[in-house]
Order: sequence, then structure tokens, then C-alpha cells
Amino acid sequence: MKIDIKSENGAAVAVLSGEIDHHNAKELRSELDRYIVTAQPRELAIDLGGITFMDSSGIGLIMGRSKLMRECGGRLEVRNPQPYIKRVLKLAGIERIVKIL
Amino acid sequence: MEILNEIKFTMPSLSVNESTARAVVSSFLVQADPTVEELSDIRTAVSEAVTNAVVHGYRHKKGNIELTVRLLPDRIIYIRVKDKGCGIADVEQAMEPLFTTAPEEERSGLGFSVMQTFMDKLKVKSAPDKGTTITMRKRLSEHGD
Repeated sequence: MKIDIKSENGAAVAVLSGEIDHHNAKELRSELDRYIVTAQPRELAIDLGGITFMDSSGIGLIMGRSKLMRECGGRLEVRNPQPYIKRVLKLAGIERIVKIL
Repeated sequence: MEILNEIKFTMPSLSVNESTARAVVSSFLVQADPTVEELSDIRTAVSEAVTNAVVHGYRHKKGNIELTVRLLPDRIIYIRVKDKGCGIADVEQAMEPLFTTAPEEERSGLGFSVMQTFMDKLKVKSAPDKGTTITMRKRLSEHGD
């Protein structure tokens, strides 16, 4: 599991790679939360292009970060999910609260 | 029903074993030549079932999780995930989408919905203090034949 956060003009992109399950969601969560709270980006995109596996732990991770971003006055979006990961996101109806690009 | 092949293994309820279970299932399924989508579906369902045992079944005390994977005739894959943890008092309620007893862990409450959607059949047998057994089946397409 790898996370690389880049920031440009108030917008940030967190590029994730590897697998998202309950075991490693915890680490991702604390790293993303630390960034959101300290950098306070207006927009944060989570790039799932490099994610090879995701179960419902990823849904909890995205929903939780979306909530935190809103509380900090920002907005979260999700980018580049592979077709299989899109199915998991769709099942949760996550597109109703987070923009998926 | 005739069992063409079977693997059974036991692992302690450590969260790191969620990926161990996925890897074992993937290796076993190679012989059945599933499509990428079928393999993803089964791996995801197994991940959810094992996570349930780790997060809910063995929430208060650690224990063992038993995973059984069978290849049955007609390209049917049978999966059983069994724990001897705290069990579920109300299985029907637990299977409702978005129901979770672990919101502090950011569990989305979608584990059973994922298993139901990605597999053909799902059965949950549980009793408080006795444990939970999740049984799932999926029939693979004929593409590999």
C-alpha cells in the first residue's frame, strides 16, 4: 500500500496504490486525515488508478474522508477507479455524495 | 454433492490475514480459470467474510477462522468462512445494508451486501457465543472450457 499526496494551488491529489482492505485502511485513514487537518485543502482528489483491490473498507474510507473534508469546508472527489472498483463504489451508491471522475 | 477439489485452512483472527485469505483463494481458483471479474467478485466476497470474523466475531477475544474452498461439478465454487466468535443475535438485521456495530472503525455496513451481490448464493448461520458460518456459492462461466 502506497500513498503519495501532491498539492497544487489549494487543490490536492492523493495517489493511492496497492490494495484497500480493513487491515490497511487504518493507515491510509490516519495519513489522509493528518494531511486534511494540517493542509486544509479546498479540494482533495483520491486517485484510485493504482488500486488493484478494494472491498467495502474502501467505501468506509472514502465516506469518512468526504465527511472530514466537508467539516473542514472542502470537497472530496474520487478519480480513475478501475471498472471492478467502480462496481464496489456503485453498490454503495457513493456517487450520490462524492463525485467520481 | 461430489467435491472435485478442496482446500481447508485455519488462520488466527489477525487483520493481516484478510489478504492471506484472498491470496489462498486466488491460487486455488487458478485451476478453474475464472474470468478477471469472477475472480475479483470471489476475492472481494471472501475478504468481506474474513473481515467480518476479525472485526465482529472476534471483537473481544482472538480466535481462529476456518476457510474452506471447494470446486464442485458444473464449475461451482463453494466458500465457507467459519468462526467461533461472539456470533450474531439477529442475522436478518446484520444483513441489512448500512447496519454496522463498528462505526468507530468506519465499517460501512455493506459487507453482506457485497457478498450477496458478488456471489450467487449466501447463507449465514450464527448463534450468540457460538460463532458464525458464512457459506457462499458462485457458478463460473464456461469461457475456460
